[in-house]
Amino acid sequence: MAEYKRPETPQEYQRNFPPKKPLMNTSEAYYESARCLYCYDAPCMTACPTHIDIPLFIKQINTGNVKGAAATIYDSNWLGNACGKVCPTEQLCEGSCVYTEQDMKPLQIGRLQNFATEAVMQAKTPLFKPGPDNGRRVAIVGAGPAGIACACELRVLGYSVEIFEAKALPTGLTVYGTAPYKITNEEALRENEYLQQQLGYTVHYNQPIQNAAQFAELEKQFDAVFLGLGLGATAQLNIPGEELPGVVGAVEFVEELRMKQHAFQVPERVVVIGGGNTAVDAASESARMGAQSVHLVYRRTKADMGAYDFEYATALAAGVQGVFEASPLRIEGENKASGVTFSRPDGSEFHLPADLVIKGTGQAKQGALLAHLPNISTDAKGRVVVDAAYQTSRPGYFAAGDMVNGGAEVVNAAYEGKLAAQGIHQWIQNKNA
Amino acid sequence: MSNIDLSINFAGIKAPNPFWLASAPPTNTGYQIMKAFEAGWGGAVWKTLGVPVQNVSSRYGSINYRDTRMAGLNNIELITDRPLADNLREIEEVKKYFPNHAVIASLMVESKKEWFQIVKDVENAGADGIELNFGCPHGMCERGMGSAVGQEPEVLNTIVQWVMEAATVPVITKLTPNISDITDPALAAVRGGTSALSLINTIKSIVGIDLDTYAPYPVVDGKGTNGGYCGPAVKPIALHMLKELAGHPEIRNTPISGIGGIETWRDVVEFILLGATSVQVCTAVMHYGFGIVREMEAGLRQFMSDKGYSTIYDFAGKAVPNVVEWKNLNLHYKVVASINADKCIGCQLCHIACDDGAHQAIALPTNGSRVPEIIDENCVGCNLCSLVCPVEECITMERRDDGSQTESWAERTMAGKVPEHFNDPRGGGVGHFVPEPSAALQYKRKDRSGRK
Ligand SMILES: Cc1cc2nc3c(=O)[nH]c(=O)nc-3n(C[C@H](O)[C@H](O)[C@H](O)COP(=O)(O)OP(=O)(O)OC[C@H]3O[C@@H](n4cnc5c(N)ncnc54)[C@H](O)[C@@H]3O)c2cc1C
Ligand SMILES: Cc1cc2nc3c(=O)[nH]c(=O)nc-3n(C[C@H](O)[C@H](O)[C@H](O)COP(=O)(O)O)c2cc1C
Ligand code: SF4
Ligand code: SF4
Ligand code: SF4
Repeated sequence: MAEYKRPETPQEYQRNFPPKKPLMNTSEAYYESARCLYCYDAPCMTACPTHIDIPLFIKQINTGNVKGAAATIYDSNWLGNACGKVCPTEQLCEGSCVYTEQDMKPLQIGRLQNFATEAVMQAKTPLFKPGPDNGRRVAIVGAGPAGIACACELRVLGYSVEIFEAKALPTGLTVYGTAPYKITNEEALRENEYLQQQLGYTVHYNQPIQNAAQFAELEKQFDAVFLGLGLGATAQLNIPGEELPGVVGAVEFVEELRMKQHAFQVPERVVVIGGGNTAVDAASESARMGAQSVHLVYRRTKADMGAYDFEYATALAAGVQGVFEASPLRIEGENKASGVTFSRPDGSEFHLPADLVIKGTGQAKQGALLAHLPNISTDAKGRVVVDAAYQTSRPGYFAAGDMVNGGAEVVNAAYEGKLAAQGIHQWIQNKNA
Repeated sequence: MSNIDLSINFAGIKAPNPFWLASAPPTNTGYQIMKAFEAGWGGAVWKTLGVPVQNVSSRYGSINYRDTRMAGLNNIELITDRPLADNLREIEEVKKYFPNHAVIASLMVESKKEWFQIVKDVENAGADGIELNFGCPHGMCERGMGSAVGQEPEVLNTIVQWVMEAATVPVITKLTPNISDITDPALAAVRGGTSALSLINTIKSIVGIDLDTYAPYPVVDGKGTNGGYCGPAVKPIALHMLKELAGHPEIRNTPISGIGGIETWRDVVEFILLGATSVQVCTAVMHYGFGIVREMEAGLRQFMSDKGYSTIYDFAGKAVPNVVEWKNLNLHYKVVASINADKCIGCQLCHIACDDGAHQAIALPTNGSRVPEIIDENCVGCNLCSLVCPVEECITMERRDDGSQTESWAERTMAGKVPEHFNDPRGGGVGHFVPEPSAALQYKRKDRSGRK
């Protein structure tokens, strides 16, 4: 155990989180892109939630038109660079690449996507232009992937856009949530900067919109409001001891880690409760931060885990130990958590000592906030209900991303945010027709 | 492996095997040639000796195909730029170390006097044979040599006669492919008394244009010139010309050394099957070094052992009778494509190749899989799908006629069965499916941005 030494410097931190999809050099991109078969009705393209024309951009890389490749990517996906890095490509494009049909290595689509988009970002190549000003204004709440994609698309359509963001940084869970070996803080922020410089939307940071009066004000000032709030804080476990210091939600844990980096102290013994991707990520990251032992405890079987197999494999490789079919009964500790007692399906109990207990029990929905906005319907799972144009049941309010899909990936939020912008455009045009 | 003897006697030139280096940069020096012999080559045609020249800097350009470097190579280099005396001294030295390997001197000069002198010089140095370079398509031809000779059968014939008069060792005439009928210069050489032929030299070419300087590759200070093209890309042209000679009644008894795009044992075997009894290689060595011969030799030996041949003469020319005129092909032979669904990876390249580029005979699946379906009635048996399919042995062409009937166009027309209309069933195209033009309109190009 303890494959990883506790990082004490930025360099050591980086060493413990080496990039999962490192940037290709030109030769690698050339040889890799040469493998693409240019499939007809390419399954990789169907599998990509934003339907990037993958064979086209790969061929463009191979023929030395890297700028064109980046343009192809951004044509479909406003977060083309982040997605190349953080998308679970094993489940999406790469998982559907025809090569896998005969157990051959799929194209490394994510890394090729990075290669093309990094090239334009690093050279600051201009690719986008805002559309002619149409005099209309849209307010966006939340500068996560959904909000940014919506903003970009609206700018191209000629709207002026202001984003109100509760936190100090843009890109939402891309910077606050995804694993640091997928994308660094700098990388996440750079793409927004690249887009913002060319498209010119405004972001007001540290400006949560959280009461009815604020929403009323937005309605007054803007022609439409887009909600890209994502999900809320980690949900409650509802077991004794949950309020003790040393018990933290997985999302909050990852956020603190991402912000403090090497200065973040993860104690010796960590117990993570949950079986989703967030729980697995938190466990993986604890191990990489130098914890001596990390137990990932899930109440059902391994096969039932919500996390992707490859994410669990990554966690195991980092030194995480999986424990299955164990439900948390209570968290023990005097002034601070010292361990968790679990029950087995046969009724027996066991105890795991812990200096830190991470609850990977999923994020709560945005119910409290939505209470300020009567008439926004949610479904039984607390997801905001939208129509095909991403309009909520409250006219003039559109929504997309995690708060609508219940929690998916950056790529889904990016796609939906863009479609919502097109929906807003349609709605405003129809209203004024 | 059984008793395989790779040694050859090529028009009197003996060599331990048929693998020779073509006259080119790999045969510039005695050092290279001895290194090659150590590596397993059986002979070498020395880099062309002749009049003094001056080379330019920046000499080669190439074609990269996808991830393949140098699928074709182009050069604007001239004949040797080393002093004749140095070359002669090194020929002598190589022969001392390797008396049983073939060392052939490639020559290119102008006047009869010069030809006589240089033939004597190389014979005195110990060359086992002479090759006349009538092929170089750049630079030298501007000075009336190389392909300028190769393209003028009468001039070529005269020079061959001069050389035959002077030479006591066998003489190989190397032909240029930059001509419409390769049998013209070949006949001129044979009638001039040449002991053997070799082909092809390089093909006049421009391999590409630099998109910043707008000059052809290789760029020499903002300008370029046509070069000579060689490497894997030229093999089909070489094979065709080889067959033209090997099948020609007046030429076929003259030994031919095959050159052009040879890199693997398969290439070697193909050249021999079309009548070559030695092969010469340049680009493959310029790409991979002399060690490339290991694969050629091992493969040739394997082939011979599998087929039970003990010398290359056992199968030399075996494919020549099978290259016939189109009019002699069997019109009743019928193949239809067949997809092995277990191997198919669903790229659907076969579908789009056939739909857009052939005969609309491959339908997309309707059962939710990605394996396309051949529409037997529509398939004309063109092979295209089997050529584009990226999976080994996935699409095969299955024979559908029972082999009982043969009738060629020649036979048919001789019997007076010439089709008179396109809808004459004897024309063959009747009943073949053709979609309505308007059916194309369902395929709209999509705007990926989704913007209306
Ligand atoms: C631990 C973790 C790991 C993940 N790893 C991956 C991964 O590897 N790959 C992947 O593709 N996806 C991953 N995801 C999911 C992905 O990050 C989300 O699906 C995506 O970020 C959703 O985008 P969004 O815009 O809908 O919401 P968010 O990214 O959550 O953005 C919402 C934004 O709204 C702001 N906001 C919220 N409330 C208010 C308010 N009242 N006023 C103003 N602003 C507000 C928030 O501060 C935030 O910036 C991960 C998620 C988590 C939690
Ligand atoms: C750089 C270069 C220089 C060459 N120089 C000569 C030459 O001096 N004399 C000659 O007969 N052929 C010359 N050739 C032609 C080769 O001998 C050979 O005919 C041709 O390259 C085709 O063979 P390949 O496809 O194996 O390269 C040259 C070819 C190259 C690439
Ligand atoms: S499925 Fe694979 S090979 Fe086919 S187009 Fe997509 S990336 Fe290329
Ligand atoms: S080309 Fe081959 S692999 Fe591709 S769909 Fe057709 S049969 Fe299948
Ligand atoms: S052989 Fe030719 S016509 Fe027949 S299915 Fe293949 S591509 Fe189409």
